[in-house]
Amino acid sequence: MIEAVGLTKRYGAKTAVYNLSFQVRPGVVTGFLGPNGSGKSTTMRMILGLDRPTAGHVTIGGHPFRQLPNAPRQVGALLDAKAVHGGRSARSHLLSLAQLAGIPAQRVDEVLGVVGLQDVAKRRSKGFSLGMGQRLGIAAALLGDPQVLLFDEPVNGLDPEGILWVRNLMKKLAAEGRTVFVSSHLMSEMALTADHLIVIGRGQLLADMPVKDFISANSADFARVRIPGTEPAQREKLTSVLVEAGGQVLPEPDGALRVTGLQLPRISDLAHGADVRLWELSPHQASLEEAYMRLTQGAVDYRSTDDRLAHLQPPLQPGQPGYGMPPQPQVQEVPQQGWYAPPPPGQNPYGAAPQAPAPGPNPYAGGPQAPAPGPYAPPPAPQPSAPQPNSLQPSDTPKDAR
Amino acid sequence: MAVETAVLQSEWTKIRTVSSTVWTLASAFLVTVAMGAGLSALTNATFDDMRAVERATFDPTLISFSGMILGQLAMVVFGVLVVGTEYSSGMIRTSLAAVPQRATFLFSKITVAGGLAFLVGLATSFVTFFLGQALLGGHRASISDDNVLRAVIGAGLYMGLIALFSMGVAAMLRSSMLSLGILVPFLLLVSNILSAVPKAKEVAQYFPDQAGSKVMRVIPDAMNSEKAPYGPWGGLGIMALWVVASLLGGYLVLKKRDA
Repeated sequence: MIEAVGLTKRYGAKTAVYNLSFQVRPGVVTGFLGPNGSGKSTTMRMILGLDRPTAGHVTIGGHPFRQLPNAPRQVGALLDAKAVHGGRSARSHLLSLAQLAGIPAQRVDEVLGVVGLQDVAKRRSKGFSLGMGQRLGIAAALLGDPQVLLFDEPVNGLDPEGILWVRNLMKKLAAEGRTVFVSSHLMSEMALTADHLIVIGRGQLLADMPVKDFISANSADFARVRIPGTEPAQREKLTSVLVEAGGQVLPEPDGALRVTGLQLPRISDLAHGADVRLWELSPHQASLEEAYMRLTQGAVDYRSTDDRLAHLQPPLQPGQPGYGMPPQPQVQEVPQQGWYAPPPPGQNPYGAAPQAPAPGPNPYAGGPQAPAPGPYAPPPAPQPSAPQPNSLQPSDTPKDAR
Repeated sequence: MAVETAVLQSEWTKIRTVSSTVWTLASAFLVTVAMGAGLSALTNATFDDMRAVERATFDPTLISFSGMILGQLAMVVFGVLVVGTEYSSGMIRTSLAAVPQRATFLFSKITVAGGLAFLVGLATSFVTFFLGQALLGGHRASISDDNVLRAVIGAGLYMGLIALFSMGVAAMLRSSMLSLGILVPFLLLVSNILSAVPKAKEVAQYFPDQAGSKVMRVIPDAMNSEKAPYGPWGGLGIMALWVVASLLGGYLVLKKRDA
């Protein structure tokens, strides 16, 4: 059990982590998500006593890490795959760590076998690939058979076989009743591995809930409706019928319609009643990635922009497209692919949160505001103060914007 | 107590499993012995060309240690690398995640590395002394002469202390490159130049290397140099104070800063 209470870390004027409180429970894999620079690694380092929190505290099994008796037997961590002396062999590296906790040398060979490095055990780790480095780091974490395990980006650089292995390993460790805390950027991987999620953005807690709840709370399931593209009149007719029936309709770039607020059979009945032919009527379940993107869109620190190659190209002749640069009609603010449906009004408590500027003790409130409404931004809500039925999260909108 | 033993054992594994340990210590030994032997042989051959006052204050023991001025640099590299590579490789985070007691971690490392440096230093000083004296022919000193044994042991201790001093500096600066960039020019140039400048030498004689190296002299004003205001053991004591200060500084930095 890892417990953080009011954890805050400042580096000079920059606040890396602000007032973070959460618990990581044993028996489940807890995923730790957040955009780059959101404070994941800083939090991990504070859990391990490497960085001292500016305020608040974090304990493992009730003790601060630095006061744990025989820490290597209780906590195993992979922080940085390259945090080994390159001139030392994999086996010597693990042996030096094993000796710290009085772990017999046979255990070193055992974990080398577990992570599949037995053939390169005598080689210097300098020549290791990133994937081999990750395996060595995982071996170090497993060495003391600890009850609490922390992994920072464990699947970086691993091959598909390795990713599958790590996934199963995490699940197995959790099933044995251990506390497993894993950070990752790979949403698809987290969706398969984690049972519970802790999401932070700009150093603050955005969500702390089971994966299933997270997806349904932060995404809108919708129906995709497609009608023959040759009949725009039918399309308008269907749209008005659906809106009359209480649904929200949004056109998708390829001509299909996104319908929310209506069940599939009801859509079909309405279309039938209006005498509109349907080519597609499909349910769409949002993925963890979509839910995550929607949640963190306001908390992304490092956002890439289009590479316009403005100074590398000769001036364009009017009407002549540049190489690889077809004129783009729609403004794609956020380059992460995909086009996420705006949530129905009132369902997404986060979508609007980061946009509310409010001077106050919150160090982030005055920070960069969310960009101008892009494809992700919520639509102009009919009622600006829509009721927010979802109040599962500790960092709900009103608090966030304080 | 169990923790300390475990950390010592682990640090010993760390130090013996990197090749830099072997080559820095081996070059400290070889450079000192080879240069000491060469200069002893040269001195023997050109003894009659020396000025009378130099012949009068001739110190055969000190001559055989002339290789230390370069050999100590290898010791500096050893000391800096032992501590500095923890930072440059990122190993420090793995180490401290395994040994949260930072004082235990640092002082175990220093005990193991310092012990090794003292052993190599003493082996170096005895070998270089006997080889040097053998090459000095008729001008040789004997180990049983007054103060000679003290000078030989002192020379070995000097090499160990200079390695310890470097470890403290590296722990304070948390970087191998920065530490070497400061220590090597200081020992090779700054300290020697300042000790030749009239006013500055009053201060320079209290520098760690200047003070510590006085222990290698059997004749206090050897080779017509000036006498220091402290004795041979006093000089080594001054150096030891420097070492304590640098290790303490390194410990405070490790304790206070985030890893």
